[in-house]
Amino acid sequence: MKRLLVVLGAVCLVVLLLGAMHDLAPASVELHAAVATNLTASGVEHPVTAVLLNFRGYDTLLEIAVLLLALIVILAIGMDATISAEATVDVRPLVNPVLQTLAKLVVPLMILVAVYLLWAGSFRPGGAFQAGAVLAAAAVLLHLAELLPSWQSPGVKLRLGLAGGFLIFLAVGAVSLMQGALLEYPLEQAGALILLIESGLTVSLGLILAGLFLLLSRDDGETS
Amino acid sequence: MSLEFAFDLLLALAMVWSAWRSLYATRLDRAIVMFIAFGLLMALAWTRLLAPDIGLAEAAIGAGLTGALLLDAYGALQRKKI
Repeated sequence: MKRLLVVLGAVCLVVLLLGAMHDLAPASVELHAAVATNLTASGVEHPVTAVLLNFRGYDTLLEIAVLLLALIVILAIGMDATISAEATVDVRPLVNPVLQTLAKLVVPLMILVAVYLLWAGSFRPGGAFQAGAVLAAAAVLLHLAELLPSWQSPGVKLRLGLAGGFLIFLAVGAVSLMQGALLEYPLEQAGALILLIESGLTVSLGLILAGLFLLLSRDDGETS
Repeated sequence: MSLEFAFDLLLALAMVWSAWRSLYATRLDRAIVMFIAFGLLMALAWTRLLAPDIGLAEAAIGAGLTGALLLDAYGALQRKKI
């Protein structure tokens, strides 16, 4: 009986949702046309990159800030785990040689793909987030193949890399704020500035996303 | 029925099926594998919706990184049990 009621409620919800979807009002603001007409002024040729890094650059700035904050929180609460990691004796099982060889072959290609995605972002689907995710996947693969140890305590270089993308973005924002509005690039330098920000973002995002894995996996010894 | 429509229908059915299997799997490792499969299908769906940007990010973050994290957590849980 109870089950029947639940199923009935779910069916009612589905019908209501389908009905709501059917008479959805047309979008009140025609953003597609606005982006298309201003695309030449953005410095890039791909509309998604133009929106993410020029028209709505503020959102992307906050996005990378949130990701960095998440990683800092992990660093802060994960500090007591270092003691247990040091206490464990190194009793790793045999390393899989096939996996290691494959990782060594694939990782350079992944870095190449990441650079391509970053470069392609200005005129076709791609961009900093995708490139950063591929970089992070490469780092995770290296860690799983036991070629890259987990990050016990991040040094100065790693910390700089983690925060670098956000700092570059913030610096560009501050300079543009002094000259006019926040993140409003001058027309001639818009393309170069976006590429600079995206390069910084790629490195930082790759390190942050990899850090979510490599900093957490130090818990209870090495990941085998 | 055109070929594209058939593909979309198959994709939608496979997504619902894999989501169901990942929620109702009795073994945790199977649930994780089904979740990764769901992420890859989701990436395909985004590409079919003409959003290859989101598809790329979904494949890399949703299926790849999240899947690796979940498998790592599963391994840690198994080691704790022993």
